[in-house]
Amino acid sequence: MRILGLLSCALLGALLIAIAADFPEWGDAHSPASEHLSPYFIEHTMEDTSVPNIVTSVLADYRGYDTMFETIVVFCAGIACFFLLGSYACAEPEERFYRSVETGVVLRFTGDARPRPDSPCFERIDPRWTPRDIIISMVGRIMVPFIQIYALYVVAHGHHSPGGGFQGGVILGAAFILLALSSNLRTMTRCIDHKVLGVLSALGVMIYAGVGVTCMVMGSNFLDYAALHTILGVSPVAARSLGILFVEVGVAMTVMATMVVIYNNVASAGRYEEGL
Amino acid sequence: MLSQQYPALILVAPLLVSFVVFMAGWSGRRGVAWPLSMVALAVTTLSAGALLVQVVLHGPLSYRLGNWPPPMGIEYYVDHLNALVLLLIAVVALGNLLANRAAIARDYPGKEPVFCTLYLLAVAGHMGIVVTGDAFNLYVLLEITALSGYSLLAMGNRRAPLATLRYLFMGTVGASFYLLGVGYLYIMTGSLNMLDLARLIPVVAGSPAITAAFVMIMAGAFVKMAFFPLHAWLPGAYSNAGNAASSLIAPLTTKVMVYVMIRLMLTVFGTDFAWSTPGLNQTMVWLAVAAMVVGALYALSQRDLKKMLTFIIVSEVGYMVGGAWLGNRLGMTGSILHIVNDAMMTFVVFLAAGSMLYRTGSGRFESLQGLFAKMPFTMGAFVIAGLSMIGVPPTCGFFSKWYLVLGGIQAGHWGFVAALILSSLINVVLFFRIFEIALFEPFAEDGGHGHGPAATAIAEAPAGMVATLLAAAAGLIILGLFTGDIVNLVINLAIPANLI
Amino acid sequence: MEHFLTEVLADHYNYWAYIALMMIGLYAMIAKNNLVKKIIGMNIFQTAIILFYVSIGFKKNATIPILDAHGAHGHEVVAHAVDYINPLPHVLMLTAIVVSVATLGVALALVLKIYREHGTLEEDDILNQLSE
Repeated sequence: MRILGLLSCALLGALLIAIAADFPEWGDAHSPASEHLSPYFIEHTMEDTSVPNIVTSVLADYRGYDTMFETIVVFCAGIACFFLLGSYACAEPEERFYRSVETGVVLRFTGDARPRPDSPCFERIDPRWTPRDIIISMVGRIMVPFIQIYALYVVAHGHHSPGGGFQGGVILGAAFILLALSSNLRTMTRCIDHKVLGVLSALGVMIYAGVGVTCMVMGSNFLDYAALHTILGVSPVAARSLGILFVEVGVAMTVMATMVVIYNNVASAGRYEEGL
Repeated sequence: MLSQQYPALILVAPLLVSFVVFMAGWSGRRGVAWPLSMVALAVTTLSAGALLVQVVLHGPLSYRLGNWPPPMGIEYYVDHLNALVLLLIAVVALGNLLANRAAIARDYPGKEPVFCTLYLLAVAGHMGIVVTGDAFNLYVLLEITALSGYSLLAMGNRRAPLATLRYLFMGTVGASFYLLGVGYLYIMTGSLNMLDLARLIPVVAGSPAITAAFVMIMAGAFVKMAFFPLHAWLPGAYSNAGNAASSLIAPLTTKVMVYVMIRLMLTVFGTDFAWSTPGLNQTMVWLAVAAMVVGALYALSQRDLKKMLTFIIVSEVGYMVGGAWLGNRLGMTGSILHIVNDAMMTFVVFLAAGSMLYRTGSGRFESLQGLFAKMPFTMGAFVIAGLSMIGVPPTCGFFSKWYLVLGGIQAGHWGFVAALILSSLINVVLFFRIFEIALFEPFAEDGGHGHGPAATAIAEAPAGMVATLLAAAAGLIILGLFTGDIVNLVINLAIPANLI
Repeated sequence: MEHFLTEVLADHYNYWAYIALMMIGLYAMIAKNNLVKKIIGMNIFQTAIILFYVSIGFKKNATIPILDAHGAHGHEVVAHAVDYINPLPHVLMLTAIVVSVATLGVALALVLKIYREHGTLEEDDILNQLSE
């Protein structure tokens, strides 16, 4: 089986290399791909959408429909992980251990018994997972707000520098995952709950589709942002720029929520106790 | 104003409602999931029907997303082929959700909102593949269909996760080959829009890169439609899944990929290019013959109802691919007609199997004994669908096979005709075997009271399932009776006029 | 030989790179026994295709596709297409990267389910268990 696989891959590779001799040269500025569609995008993006970042304007305006489905793909992956592994209710594990901060005595609770909530005298510990290191958890906690601000910057500046909804959303999700990795899955869940994550992931895509439907309601085609100019009170070109911003925000929301949902479900195998 | 927005409405309705249903699930209102999904699918079905009427009356129409002219933006191009398959998908999805309310509540307790969300996303993905006019947009929708399909299929019995993972591997390879083919087309022509590509490909048609693009796109489509010899993933993935999921995905996904193959053959590459390589048509039809025979023979060896039905799907895909590659109008007509007919037949058969499994719990032939007495309506629908698969008039299966046979005779491909007849005969054996098992009661354990009236009490499936089964089985007969209209008004206009 | 090196290899080595990566990924998917290794192979395979698309868009002596809007408002910026690399493959590949990550997520969730059920990730062990 291995020899057969190796031979067929080698054969296929040789065939593809032979065909590749027919392609345009590396870096050719006059290849068909560079002469047909993209000159329009490069030369007309400022007058059509007033967004200097051509990739963003093509992504969110000219081919915005593809991007909507891309966001739905991300959303679908998050739901899939939830459907396969997780559940709506976060079940508490059978036995829970609490250690008194002052005396170091460890208490074991089973069933429904629990100490007074948020009692400062006790801290929750998990015997199956390595205890968190205080240096790592403190450094993680300090870094998280800076990462989040940078993520918001990336989303907002997608028009003028490399960035946009997907990139910013991933960085934002990474901030939460850093919190989960450096401290505790439960710490991260206390900051942002499963229910909030679920609702956010659907809300983001709904913003995107909602913008499109609003354009339909205003009489134009789906995702034609220029139709929003009467609601927003700006010129149609500026309305396109603002429309791109709205959908990027929606995309960032969904991507952030989905990254964290996937991490939650895969890292804890759906039990939401403690992961990694 | 609304009448111009049907192409967008078809997709927007299930998408928006899927997000709402998902959010409702998190806020505790789980009971609203099924009714809302039904409303969304009803809107979709009405839009698809209106779209078909529009296309039949006024000809193909085009819808620009974002109002950008193609090829700058993404365009929907709806012609007769599209509109027919769109209506088919909408009807099957609606019927399936209507029938499976009780099954969903039983198989996925507490997770109905998530199931309905994935269901609506899968339906939107299938419809998007059919309606789009942009090659890259098709790839994205292919992936949505695939991802939602994987998650729906993976929640089954204990063999389901591994079978779905193998489907994931093969499906990703197939979709990646499709993407690579689109990339080769882009690098040689610079365009992604299907009609624009149709204009630009003849200019560069001599290049081996275009041939490679064609081969790769076809290979990707063949993997995803489970065409022999790339069919290994299908029996495992479909037979181990939950019933509500498999009766959505089994009728639709492979047929939508056959549509993709036909669309690329007819519109993008054109039959002149696609059939220009000498011997390619012959090879493809012989592969289709192999698909039919292998599928039928494997189906004969199965002892489990659902697994047998999945091998029948492999065989049916062989009919459609063979018909399309015969190279004449009759064969292509038969292939397109078979997309519609086979989707309906597979839907009825899988729904009936789901109904039987709902009551008996196991699909093995031994547990199907005596079902004619216990579940008369289900078995009645199953009988009609079985007759349609065999090819008995006036059910629809007969007419599409008739066109395929005529196409095979005209092309002089006697192997194809023989394989069609052979597989019909094997279908007779397959289905009559089940009819026989279901007709007779098992021997009673306690001394001969087994044939009394108390033992044959009717224990039918839930009312929604029975109603949908009967409506769909009636639909098989109605489709058969209206074949002439369908062929003349729709299919004949979907095939380019220069194809004889 | 010289023709081969200067004409074919020098101008097309980007395509050779993607083909090599793609075949490595495909071989890993076919030949490896461990499910996670197959998933990694799938990821390499998809990344190779992304590399192919991005290399389509490159133009010599061109800069990134972000117009310089400093001190200019709208219509005063004149852009020549030869000065900026092709943005369309980048856009398409943003989508493809996202799709590949989503597929990876679903694949990992499935692998977790399989592990919970069978306790192993080697495909032949799982098949042995299932055939019992």
